Amino acid sequence: MNSEFTKLLEIIISASLINNFVFTRFLGLCIFFGVSKKMETAVGMSITFTAVMMISAAISWVIYNAVLVPLEITFLEIIVFIGIIAGLVQVSDTIMRKVSPGLYYKLGIYLALISTNCIILAVPLISVGEKYSFIQTLAFALGSGLGFALALIIMASIREKLELADVPAPFKGLPMAFIITSLIALAFTGFSGLITL
Amino acid sequence: MSTSSNTNLGELILNGIVKENTIFKLALSLCPSIAVTNSLKNGIYMGFAVLFVQVMVNITISLMRNIIQAKVRLPIFMLVISGWVTVTQLLMAAFVPDVYAKVGLYIALIVAFASILARAEMFASKNSILPSMADGLGMGIGFLFALTTISFFRELIGKGSLTVPTGLATQHVFTFINTKPLLIMILPAGGFLAVGVLMALFNWINARYAAKAAHGPH
Repeated sequence: MNSEFTKLLEIIISASLINNFVFTRFLGLCIFFGVSKKMETAVGMSITFTAVMMISAAISWVIYNAVLVPLEITFLEIIVFIGIIAGLVQVSDTIMRKVSPGLYYKLGIYLALISTNCIILAVPLISVGEKYSFIQTLAFALGSGLGFALALIIMASIREKLELADVPAPFKGLPMAFIITSLIALAFTGFSGLITL
Repeated sequence: MSTSSNTNLGELILNGIVKENTIFKLALSLCPSIAVTNSLKNGIYMGFAVLFVQVMVNITISLMRNIIQAKVRLPIFMLVISGWVTVTQLLMAAFVPDVYAKVGLYIALIVAFASILARAEMFASKNSILPSMADGLGMGIGFLFALTTISFFRELIGKGSLTVPTGLATQHVFTFINTKPLLIMILPAGGFLAVGVLMALFNWINARYAAKAAHGPH
């Protein structure tokens, strides 16, 4: 029981810091560079993201283990997972609009962006590849979401300051953002020996 | 007539390579541009995988454009894309297993490429098969070009060598620097740095080109 709990904690820390999706796995970069200009959008995106990620990872795990494995059609995982995610985004869009228009007004646009995001697809793919249990999959999704939120918030706070900086013309905008990301990634390599799974 | 349509096709291809280069200009589909570019070989294979998926998706959507209902077009596009990605994934696992072991996850994630969905939606669903093919070819070659450039510099500076695939299972390693190379370039941080600098270079060349055109002979 105790070692089970330690394992979960290790998965969360590993997914959020050591194998941070943005800085060491390079996933979700489009969204990362797209929405990290302002703090407010970065926070909104992180919340929506983590929630959708956990739900979609849970549903994907159940369908993979209950349907794809018994039928021996695991090579269809990509098609099935992308279907689950697109469906889930559509459903949560509709529910949010009916149940909580205020929240929808704030977070609705991020929902639309999520369906073409690679992290959401990568979480079920990786957790299936690593043969995680159901609870471990949830922990992995949570850790990944936290890691992504951390990356977005660090980047947003730097880029808000960067607006005032005098950057050489060809480097303005994205190139500079890339170079900053490179420096943060360098710092994140310091986490690499933190725990060994 | 035939010459004009030829130049149009050529322009469509060139458009994808220079004007709307997926990585350097549109800044889309960035994940693999950093993840797989620490060796030239992986970069080239990834580029060809994307090129193949882009062209096949464009052809398929273009052929089906008259029978797809407008309301359900996005799910259908996603299905077509993930179908072709699965084909690519199985082909690569069968023919180049060593590359697949390293870039497999990113091959699967081609499904989520905004650029492929965008070309299907904006171009292939409205045009006939030949222009759609040319458009896919241009976007794909542009992507291949970007990945090759990035991985060329990263491997050269980071490892001091270049791994060039000479066949499906064969490769040749050229070594240029025998002393300690700059290890950071093949680490994650180096990937971001390389893309940032190359993007700035691309901007700089474009700006100079535009300035020259503006202050031209007239």
